[in-house]
Amino acid sequence: MMPVLLISDVLLFVLIALTVTGLVFAARREPIRRAWRNVLSDPIAMAALAVLMVFVTGAILDSLHFRRALPPAAVVAPAATTAPASTMTSAKTYYSVEVESLLDVALGDPRARREKSYSAPFAHTLFERQSVDLGDGRRARQYPRLKYGAAQLKDPEHDKASDIASRAAWGVTAALGCVCVMGLLIGGGIARRHRIPLRVALHRLCEGETVLAWRAFLASSTILLVVLVPLLFLSMHYHVFGTDRVGNDLFHYAFKAMRTALLIGTLTSLVTLPLGIGFGIAAGYIGGWVDDAVQYIYTVISSIPYVLLIAASVLLMQVVIQSHDAWFDTAAARADARLVSLCLIIGAISWTSLCRLMRAEALKLRELDYVQAARAFGVTPLSIMRRHILPNAFHIVLITLVLDFSGLVLAEAVLSYVGVGVDAATISYGSMINSARAELARDPMVWWQIATAFVFMVSLVLAANLFADAVREAFDPRGQGATRRRLRRRPA
Amino acid sequence: MIAYLLRRLLWAIPILLGVNLLLFALFFIVNTPEDMARAHLGVKRVSAESIARWKSERGYDKPLFINTAAQGSKRLTDTIFFDKSVRMFALDFGQSDEGRNINHELGTRMWPSLALAVPSFLLGLAIAISVALLLALARYTAFDALTTVACVVMMSISGLFYIIAGQFIFSKLLAWVPISGYQPGLDAVRFLILPVVIGVMAGIGSSVRWYRAIFLEEMGKDYVRTARAKGLSELRVLFGHVLKNGMIPILTGVVVVIPTLFLGSLISESFFGIPGLGSFTIDAIQSQDFAIVRAMVFIGALLYIVGLILTDISYTLVDPRVRLQ
Amino acid sequence: MSTPLLRVEALSVSIDTAEREIRPLDEVSFELNEGETFVLLGESGCGKSMTALSLMRLLPEGGHITRGSIELQGHDLCAVTEAEMRAVRGGAIAMIFQEPGTSLNPVLTIGTQLNEVLSLHRQLEGRAAFAEAERLLNAVGIPDAARRLGEYPMQLSGGMKQRVMIAMALAGDPRLLIADEPTTALDVTIQAQVLTLLAELQRSRQMGMLLITHDLGVVAQVADRVGVMYAGHLVEIASREQFFAAAAHPYSRKLFEALPEGRRDAGPLATIPGSVPPLDKVFTGCRFADRCPHKYERCDIEPPAWHIAPEGQQVRCHLYDPAEKVDRTSTQEAKPEIRSSNEEPLAQTETPLLEVRNLRVHFPIKRGLLQRTVGCVKAVDGIDFSLHAGKTLALVGESGCGKTTTGKALLNLIPANDGDILFRGTRLDPNRPQNWQAARKQLQMVFQDPFGSLNPRMRVAEIIEEGLIALGLEPERSARRTRVEQIVQQVGLRADMLDRYPHEFSGGQRQRIAIARALAVSPRLIVCDEPTSALDVSVQAQVLNLMRDLQQQLGLAYLFITHNISVVEYLADDIAVMYLGRIVEYGPARAVLNTPQHPYTQALLAAAPRIAAGTQSKIISATAVQGDLPSAAKQPSGCHFHARCPRAEARCHVESPELAPCKEGQWVSCHFVQHVGEPKPS
Repeated sequence: MMPVLLISDVLLFVLIALTVTGLVFAARREPIRRAWRNVLSDPIAMAALAVLMVFVTGAILDSLHFRRALPPAAVVAPAATTAPASTMTSAKTYYSVEVESLLDVALGDPRARREKSYSAPFAHTLFERQSVDLGDGRRARQYPRLKYGAAQLKDPEHDKASDIASRAAWGVTAALGCVCVMGLLIGGGIARRHRIPLRVALHRLCEGETVLAWRAFLASSTILLVVLVPLLFLSMHYHVFGTDRVGNDLFHYAFKAMRTALLIGTLTSLVTLPLGIGFGIAAGYIGGWVDDAVQYIYTVISSIPYVLLIAASVLLMQVVIQSHDAWFDTAAARADARLVSLCLIIGAISWTSLCRLMRAEALKLRELDYVQAARAFGVTPLSIMRRHILPNAFHIVLITLVLDFSGLVLAEAVLSYVGVGVDAATISYGSMINSARAELARDPMVWWQIATAFVFMVSLVLAANLFADAVREAFDPRGQGATRRRLRRRPA
Repeated sequence: MIAYLLRRLLWAIPILLGVNLLLFALFFIVNTPEDMARAHLGVKRVSAESIARWKSERGYDKPLFINTAAQGSKRLTDTIFFDKSVRMFALDFGQSDEGRNINHELGTRMWPSLALAVPSFLLGLAIAISVALLLALARYTAFDALTTVACVVMMSISGLFYIIAGQFIFSKLLAWVPISGYQPGLDAVRFLILPVVIGVMAGIGSSVRWYRAIFLEEMGKDYVRTARAKGLSELRVLFGHVLKNGMIPILTGVVVVIPTLFLGSLISESFFGIPGLGSFTIDAIQSQDFAIVRAMVFIGALLYIVGLILTDISYTLVDPRVRLQ
Repeated sequence: MSTPLLRVEALSVSIDTAEREIRPLDEVSFELNEGETFVLLGESGCGKSMTALSLMRLLPEGGHITRGSIELQGHDLCAVTEAEMRAVRGGAIAMIFQEPGTSLNPVLTIGTQLNEVLSLHRQLEGRAAFAEAERLLNAVGIPDAARRLGEYPMQLSGGMKQRVMIAMALAGDPRLLIADEPTTALDVTIQAQVLTLLAELQRSRQMGMLLITHDLGVVAQVADRVGVMYAGHLVEIASREQFFAAAAHPYSRKLFEALPEGRRDAGPLATIPGSVPPLDKVFTGCRFADRCPHKYERCDIEPPAWHIAPEGQQVRCHLYDPAEKVDRTSTQEAKPEIRSSNEEPLAQTETPLLEVRNLRVHFPIKRGLLQRTVGCVKAVDGIDFSLHAGKTLALVGESGCGKTTTGKALLNLIPANDGDILFRGTRLDPNRPQNWQAARKQLQMVFQDPFGSLNPRMRVAEIIEEGLIALGLEPERSARRTRVEQIVQQVGLRADMLDRYPHEFSGGQRQRIAIARALAVSPRLIVCDEPTSALDVSVQAQVLNLMRDLQQQLGLAYLFITHNISVVEYLADDIAVMYLGRIVEYGPARAVLNTPQHPYTQALLAAAPRIAAGTQSKIISATAVQGDLPSAAKQPSGCHFHARCPRAEARCHVESPELAPCKEGQWVSCHFVQHVGEPKPS
């Protein structure tokens, strides 16, 4: 086995490292910690967080890539043709060109489960009749049995329902077990932190009286586990969400698409943050010609319609990738290069909105007395920007980040539809919708592909939006309770 | 005030120049005509002659900036830069890579785009503002909370799903409207009704939330307290005082998009088969027609800048603080 | 007068928020008669404004009246429907607010906003409404009323806006006018105009007026009766004469003692330890107990009832319980020794610490297509002054006169266009940074807003050591920490507060931190830009005491920028009065305050509300100065003050007077003052 580090993996891990560093830093600063405590004491945010964690876990699992070593016999070693080198061949292992990830291992080998074509969720036959050789020379059109789905059953018509029910029941039991463990872990954590007996901690947890809204987190996790764990159990023997046109298992695809969605939503920030923060603060604080130049640049970029500029850039990038095929040793690497460059292009175009906000904030902060006081000490402009402007404008960065995330996930679908999104080989919700769309005219309809994409995408975007709301509410000093306000119930 | 508007107009010139140069750099320097030809003719097994032919047919064989072979002013004008970039300022977009006249296409395809975009825009704005006002009136009630949650859910759904679900329900199941297509004249209504409704639906969640936040912020201001202390009813406070102040931030976001309505909607035009500029652009992107993409990007930027100027004008109409400066 | 105009009985209000329930008003009862002015007095957070809003039933979101009644001319306002209440608002009861700048709708004309009231409450429309609106504007002293009706609020000055607010309040012919801090946001000369106007209108219309203020001077000027509020309670109700003769409640007395007015040579001001308690707390005893010098066991257990004090006022304090035998007259601390005062600070001969010559700060005005500079705002227009070590120079003036700009120019926070700044005799060249860097150790600044002057993301220790690091003093970490701890103790904070963030501190504590930050680099001179104007009077006293102590201990010099005459009186050795970018009068504090020579100084001193007036019978003084401060962008020709000067002659319109010494010892720039020397060459 050879671990493979795609560019996007590296960037994702860099991003995770940065986030962790940021969190450690934030944990030491009381005002930031307080704001985060506000976010996490909101039950809706905690419930959303549980959903987001599923997606993040999926994405991380799917980012640990490797190539399998091929069994020696299967190797058609080019070196074998030349006699002197033949001694070397036994020492050298060859690796499959197929890049797999830990997620593929967890969900089962996708190639082993590929069917011929469409099949409905939990089906045991293909969706369409095919002419089958009956063995005695006669051919008939019938629904062939699936290679993988419900293959363990002798008489699917009869046994399927009970088989599904029993497997699902096992799944639910396992899920509930997980919930209990989680509850105990959280309760134990609370008990240790507040130095109270576990029993009291669990009681508070159940009553929703903890500082952070752990009850909501647990409730949301329960729902997720009770749905996902049985599906996972069942997916070992069924295509729980059906298969697509070339027979790929959609349950597997829905999980693979998590990584794409998250990458698009987050990698972009690696470009937008430095540009937006740097230019924005410099323009606002220094003013003068720096301000004029920055304003000019962002007006030029933002005056071009977003989708069109991305489309133009991606078209050009596509040409570059096409003409430099030699750069990539696997198809996965090529698809990955396209994904990363899409993120970079979107980032290079969308930093302007953050820049504009940061500039406005820096203009405002520049006049504040604490900045004046620092200037009175002769503190250098660079350290004023770093110590005074940036920390006090950082809530804008955070709010923009979380708000942009969901927008980017949605944009991916549109871009993929337009044909300037991710590579055809990359699994994404956009490409799932796109290929499903063509089949909607079919009668009876192939509904499961679009439904899968819909459910996963809406879960992700909705959770991100709800979480973003809580973040905005906690960090925005201006909009106190602007969007949601919890009024106490009046005593009767 | 006139001087202010004139200054904004002058400001547009360097911006457009910047856009133009950016596009030129993207299309002819980062990416050479050679690359474009290869992208069109296929990467492998393509002869040098066919590439040269492809380039000369489309005028991509000229030098970039200075034509040393030509005489007099032709040295500057007979170049890619002049032909492809400078001419755009005269709104002359030349031929598409497929040989169609882009200006002609723009003229004919603009109308279906407008027929779809204008009603969607007006209806969406009217509905969003009304709902937001209603929410501001019923603020912090269960109705408000539920509608706000509904808005979050609506804005979490990709526009593609609205279109697919709409086509499935209203065209396929109920067969109320045709699934796609377009006819000019009054007949167009039949084809446009679904895309318009879907366009409104897809955009309403975020705009209602945004407008509601604006109105609520206004409602917290001191002048509202004054208005209430005068004995005005809540409705009169809302319509007489809050609405007019709230319109100022709303205008910033709204007026700027009005000119870009000409460009149409990329997605719904192509889903509903409406022969507007949106589907024109999509087709161009999918067939990698660089000339059209370049023209559309330039027009988009031009319209956006017009939008910025319109925004400034609308400010002076609505906000006396700007008018009197 | 059998039924009073307004009777408030046991009014209690609570506000529900997400976290807790706040009870800003608890059992407030008072009466107000026709033609009477009742003043509610108290520090911020005591529930004064909430009282006003609950009378209008305009409580903020989540607020509601939990018990009690509000009777207006015998009708209970708590019982009427919302629609009936709307007829009362703007009709029988009208209200004006603190911030005239934000209380008018910016996008509607004055006329539209006035007409709303006229059509709603008096059914006047069209021409009749227009005529009435014009009449109202005339009545509140707005010249050129017909034209003003078509204008927007932004075209009016602050004082004019408040007059429009008053006209709007009068439009419905109210019986009761509620004025919530109507002059707090205004300059002192404008404040005098508005208070006079309010008093005149009230007398001529025989309205009842409920005026809310934190300023004892305002009380002295307009009140018939006073109610003192503390933490949601009324603690004392008295007639003005009773109140100013002998305030009864310990809190009221402390308010008087904390005032710096007229206490120049007395010792430190009285302060009230602690701050107003948060109103979500459940009180068991007296709300003032924790801060009261007379507190004894009973105060913690039992909330006091109303008692009659010797002077006849009602007071809510156990000390006045006839059953108690307590000596309530002695305020425990003995009067400290009289501070020796320096009589002639100007006459000092040694090199002054700071000398400013012909300082000018102009801001360009850019107009037109190409943003050419068409003129400039002469914020500071050639001023001279000097300041000696250990002394305090007060820079006095109204907003927009250039006093803050002067202060910032001294620290090079705003570049000066012209003039010399000499520090210990050496010129600070704005083009030579190293020159400034050395000066920055000597020259520091304390800002006005204690909330805006501390970075909320930094710990107190980091805030204070910033200057030490930037200026390269104490590069060693532990030594720096020791120094910071020392300084924090010097300003009266504890060393364990160093690792907290600014939001955990009250306004007064924050101002101490700001002072500590300035002190950290051991400056010789601190520019103090209105350091107490955002603070309540008792906290102001703490900060003033601290500043005076530090001056005595460390020999600091202060350039004290303020608009508050009573603070000047307490602290200043010299005074410079600024008007539109120029100094109009400059000299020893005593001379300027006792024998002001410039008409503007005279007007300023006359306009400042004084508590001394409280013991005399209520007189509405003829306003000393008319009109608004002109904009610095359109400076008048000749003497800047001529348009508002009661003595102005033709000469004043053209000829600008020089600052020259006069026989009382100060320098004055006025044509009517007998000068005894030559003006300084500039």
